[in-house]
Amino acid sequence: MSLFLTPSQTTGPFVAISFERTVVDDVAPPSVAGDRVTIRGRVLDGDGKPVDDAVIETWQANSHGKYAHPEDTREKLLEPEFKGFGRVLSDRHGAFRFKTIKPGRVPGPGDTLQAPHLVVLVFMRGLLKHLVTRIYFPDEPSNSEDAILALVPPERRSTLVARKVEDGLFEWNVVLQGDQETVFFDY
Amino acid sequence: MSDPRAYRRSYWETQPEYLYPPYKSTVKRAPTKPLVMPPQTISEITGPLFGHDDVRPEEADLTGQHAGEPLGERMIVTGRVLDENGRPVRDALIEIWQANAAGRYRHAVDQHDAPLDPNFTGCGRVVTDENGRYEFKTIKPGAYPWRNHYNSWRPAHIHLSIFGHGFAQRLVTQFYFPGDPLLEYDPMYMSVPDERARKRLIAEFDWEHTVPEHALGYRFDIVLRGRDATPMERR
Repeated sequence: MSLFLTPSQTTGPFVAISFERTVVDDVAPPSVAGDRVTIRGRVLDGDGKPVDDAVIETWQANSHGKYAHPEDTREKLLEPEFKGFGRVLSDRHGAFRFKTIKPGRVPGPGDTLQAPHLVVLVFMRGLLKHLVTRIYFPDEPSNSEDAILALVPPERRSTLVARKVEDGLFEWNVVLQGDQETVFFDY
Repeated sequence: MSDPRAYRRSYWETQPEYLYPPYKSTVKRAPTKPLVMPPQTISEITGPLFGHDDVRPEEADLTGQHAGEPLGERMIVTGRVLDENGRPVRDALIEIWQANAAGRYRHAVDQHDAPLDPNFTGCGRVVTDENGRYEFKTIKPGAYPWRNHYNSWRPAHIHLSIFGHGFAQRLVTQFYFPGDPLLEYDPMYMSVPDERARKRLIAEFDWEHTVPEHALGYRFDIVLRGRDATPMERR
């Protein structure tokens, strides 16, 4: 059987009436192992104006590099209290912020290992389908071995790597258009 | 660990493009640089999982969240969540949001001069059963004006957000109602290039799920991405 994928449509400007009830801005309960990180950023449109109706969803492995999902069959420590999913909304300044732990490395294509990263989905009014991107971490030697980063033109890779503000605090922005446009993926 | 089986790419013209100038908000928000097309990894194949414990049964009744009944035409919406291979997607989380019968959202940004309904919030959630089936109860939303172009009106629609089993299956969409004369003037609906694909966004009137003397029935099936038949080649 072969069915056709349902067409995507925008979340529109009023998505918050639903999603504000299910915000997850603290992804890792205190019992979960790993380096605590706060990631903050802004969502900016093609005029550099803040986007105040964006939804940012994140998905990540735990610090052992294990996804809370049955298709991750590797023998790594699973922490039942860590789901790995985050969801935040941008405010009127286009700003968002969430706390989590730095994920461990997970398998990449072939026999490679990926550098620590979060998969990010971005939804908003004006996006007829969501955007897919990633957050990587600075000062991470494994970034140079990451098969997905290697596919990104070198001059644009920095848009995927969060900037360290201070210990445990990182900044990563979603820039929709222009010279600093964030790299988006089509999987 | 061998490479996971990838989710298929959608057929040409069944999905909107990011840039669709008749929908003005796309102009400053659609990416302008080419998207990077990497292979799917375990990071995209997996994704957050939900279950019946995550959602209370009463969340599937948008008419029962307040002291009184909301105004509007009651309806039962049913359907199945399937993947492109026709397999039911069980435990899919569906989040629902919509305007009230007068075409007004309970949101500070919505300044449409139509009344709020004290008995209607317009949000719900439901999880599919082992056959991918879902059902929720609500009222039919009203059409409403928006400021996209002169005299622009959104056809009546209900927003749905769906989580399947992998982040690659994530889908947010809207469904519409049969016979709505506003559809052909709506840039969001018209953004889907293929007419047959577009029409799949229109729910069917569903006589079997009407409840006599109480509610009309509509059916809307949802198709998420399906897996390739064969494992990806190792690179």
